[in-house]
Amino acid sequence: MSTETPKAEVYLGKTDYKVIGTRPIRHDGADKVTGKAIYTADFKLPGMLHGAILRSPHPHANIKSIDTSAAEAMDGVMAVITAADMPGLKDKNASLGEGSVNLLDLGSNVLAHGKVLYRGHAVAAVAAKSVHIAQEALKHIVVEYEELPAVTWVLDAMKDDAPILLDRVRTDDMGEMSESPTNISKHIRFEKGNIEDGFSQCDIVIEKEFRTETVHQGYIEPHASVASWNEDGHLKIWTATQGSFTARQQTAELLELPVSKVTVTPCEIGGGFGGKIAVYTQPVAAMLSQKSGRPVKVTMQRNEVFEGTGPTPGSYMKVKIGATNDGKLVAGEAWLAYDAGAFPGGVIGPGCMCVFSCYEFEHAKVDGYDVLVNKPKTQAYRAPGSTHVAFAVETIVDEIAEKLEMDPIDFRLQNAAKEGTVRVDGLKYPRIGLIETLEALKNSDHYQSKLEGPNKGRGLGCGFWFNIGLKSSVTATVNSDGMVSLIEGSTDIGGTRTSIAMQFAETLGIPAEDVIPKVADTDSIGYTDVTGGSRVTFSTGLAAYKCALDIQDQLRARAADLWECEPENVTIEEGVYSHNGDSMTFKELADKACKVGDPVAGSATVSPDCFTNGFAAHLADVEVDPETGKVTILRYTAVQDAGKAIHPSYVEGQMQGGAVQGIGWTLNEEYFYDDKGTMKNASFLDYRMPTCLDVPMIETIIVEVPNPDHPYGVRGVGEPPICPPPGAIANAIYHATGQRMTELPISPPKLWKAISEK
Amino acid sequence: MAKKQVVTSNINGEEVEFLCKPQQSLLEVLRDELDLTGAKEGCNNGNCGACTVMLDGHPVNSCLVLAVEAEGAEITTVESISQGGELHPLQQCFLEDAALQCGICTPGFLVAAKALLEKNPDATEHEIRFNLANNLCRCTGYDKIVKAVQDCQTRTKEAVSQ
Ligand code: FES
Ligand code: FES
Repeated sequence: MSTETPKAEVYLGKTDYKVIGTRPIRHDGADKVTGKAIYTADFKLPGMLHGAILRSPHPHANIKSIDTSAAEAMDGVMAVITAADMPGLKDKNASLGEGSVNLLDLGSNVLAHGKVLYRGHAVAAVAAKSVHIAQEALKHIVVEYEELPAVTWVLDAMKDDAPILLDRVRTDDMGEMSESPTNISKHIRFEKGNIEDGFSQCDIVIEKEFRTETVHQGYIEPHASVASWNEDGHLKIWTATQGSFTARQQTAELLELPVSKVTVTPCEIGGGFGGKIAVYTQPVAAMLSQKSGRPVKVTMQRNEVFEGTGPTPGSYMKVKIGATNDGKLVAGEAWLAYDAGAFPGGVIGPGCMCVFSCYEFEHAKVDGYDVLVNKPKTQAYRAPGSTHVAFAVETIVDEIAEKLEMDPIDFRLQNAAKEGTVRVDGLKYPRIGLIETLEALKNSDHYQSKLEGPNKGRGLGCGFWFNIGLKSSVTATVNSDGMVSLIEGSTDIGGTRTSIAMQFAETLGIPAEDVIPKVADTDSIGYTDVTGGSRVTFSTGLAAYKCALDIQDQLRARAADLWECEPENVTIEEGVYSHNGDSMTFKELADKACKVGDPVAGSATVSPDCFTNGFAAHLADVEVDPETGKVTILRYTAVQDAGKAIHPSYVEGQMQGGAVQGIGWTLNEEYFYDDKGTMKNASFLDYRMPTCLDVPMIETIIVEVPNPDHPYGVRGVGEPPICPPPGAIANAIYHATGQRMTELPISPPKLWKAISEK
Repeated sequence: MAKKQVVTSNINGEEVEFLCKPQQSLLEVLRDELDLTGAKEGCNNGNCGACTVMLDGHPVNSCLVLAVEAEGAEITTVESISQGGELHPLQQCFLEDAALQCGICTPGFLVAAKALLEKNPDATEHEIRFNLANNLCRCTGYDKIVKAVQDCQTRTKEAVSQ
């Protein structure tokens, strides 16, 4: 029974849900199994032209000149552009919701300005009457390059004599700016306690170096945009993006348009994982449309996706951890260098915050470096920066547990972060669920089972990611048939229309099927930040909850009018409104309210400033073929604290998908560079992502320790599951072979070499 | 550029005549000329299976087939899987089992899985995985896709035995 509107941000402590925790069919499902859903590449406008992008064959070169005249003169070519056509290419910082970005960096990543910084860097673009003509025209653009030495490995790029990518970059060394140009754009340090004291108390200290290679998010849909620049100066864009408002703002800044002159419509999106936040094709399509006077579609080829869009960093890490003989972790120290790709602003920040996030360390110190190299600008990839450090820390923690002859789960349980633990960056955890997650794994059938036989091993790994709050908006309209249209700004990559609609339905006491969720364009809904940071079900779900309360208050008032009583005397239970023996269902009341009086429409906006915290623990059984070094995953279990699983199937799906991405990262995936800085495997054939034949079923256990900052206790679930796999699998490989592998990927040649040199 | 040619094929049960250039792929013609955008382009070089369609009874990557090769061929696409306004049991199982997240790989998986079940209704988990290994999915980790195919096997058997 509810008579007054509770404060939204607080966990309500409900246990008897009607909608939450059930598994309804997603609202956009029929569209997606029949081929009717419209992704950007499926979208067409009358008179639409097709674009193509010319990319640098060199990893590092000055652009001496670009001659586009021959391409422009070709039959069917309608426009050719270069960075010279981009008005907003200025050395200025613009705030972009999640952070700020230098427009010169952002713009010159979209179209190279003066220099190319990686192979695949966009240099010019063509719009033509067909994509074949556009591609042909690229061959007629003459670019004169002056080749420069390139650097792709992070430690090489940090050397004094390394080739410098950008003359304007200085090191921001904990607030102090260096004098001369450098590739090190940032040095971060976090410290707690006294690290020397800490190590002096330890009985066992293990230090190791780790290396990881560049990997790609690997979404199956290539980047795509359609732009139409109208004669009145209004720009419309249909695109594959994780954040329509963020895409709008970046495009507006680069084209020097007011944001209100740009409408971004998010089409269905074929995966993102962090890689579809920064703009690539949007400004290009827009500039081509402005120049040609026609709508233009720009889609990338798969090799362009690999060579021209955001991978996640390659890294070097040195990590040292100490414990006492009774199994207490005391001190942790990390020195982390992550490459940022060609422009400053990689993911070293979260890497530094996450490195010691799973355990209670009294003393800790982290130094992190953001380093430019001649690779594509790195972008977020599912828990950006956290997977790298989880690999390092989980390997060492496993070794300490082994040396102390302790069970790996018990050792972790004894040291697990909990409410009140202060992370190295100073954050004090509210109620979190790592202990419950580890306990659930300990009690699992998998952990209790025996693994026997030669060349087999079992390994455990943990991982962490924060969920961000940021801004979300929703609006809703009650229809006369008792259904409710729910408009949201969060693009739906994996079923969030449904997880948001379910929270809305639960609040109103109606079935999920009676909510019609729709993702709207930037003119049709309030500002909403990106679909990322595991925030949508948490934050947009919170907005939906508040919006439902708004609708409920309006309906309560309408019921009171009908019954001629005060609104506070109307009671509401599971969608039934009652007063003094009279009662109406939501449907009946909706029908009445729609016939008489004002329409019933509600809205809510939120910007929760809390960080919620998600933890995962995975268990892997592997078998190593000693002849080839090939690793087979025999059994895999993922456990995660979801706070409250709104739609358990999609929570499991996040856990399974994240785990398999992590398996790919651990065993196969990497950018192969030759010594000239050319990526040698820019195709799905050679950049080998897991197929269904490479993995077993991924068993899942959802743990629910409610998030105190959400009415239904939701924690974001998208990101934590990619963090544990490298540690879990590397530990399993150790237990199978006796080899501690400290470089990712643990590909067959590497492992075979390690085993045969034993 | 080379001249367009007339090609006649049977697409989703209908005789279709279309014009195409010799270098155009079947995928491009289906999507851009015939507005059958259910088949997706993930790589355009035969490595992801998002473009899978049936060609004369076999699942193929339509990005690797030249449109001119479709002369006289029988082609079915994801658009023809549901019939008479009803979802096919396989589509229903994909929805009930949450076998899709972003959904871009789904049309390819549905075409490939339907072909498998018609040829080998009792396919084991390994056979399902083997036959779907041409199709990449980056979102789901495959677990729920394989289970959806298995559930469809069970459902079909139950329907037969009733
Ligand atoms: S688009 Fe045809 S296999 Fe990838
Ligand atoms: S559901 Fe996104 S690629 Fe399969």
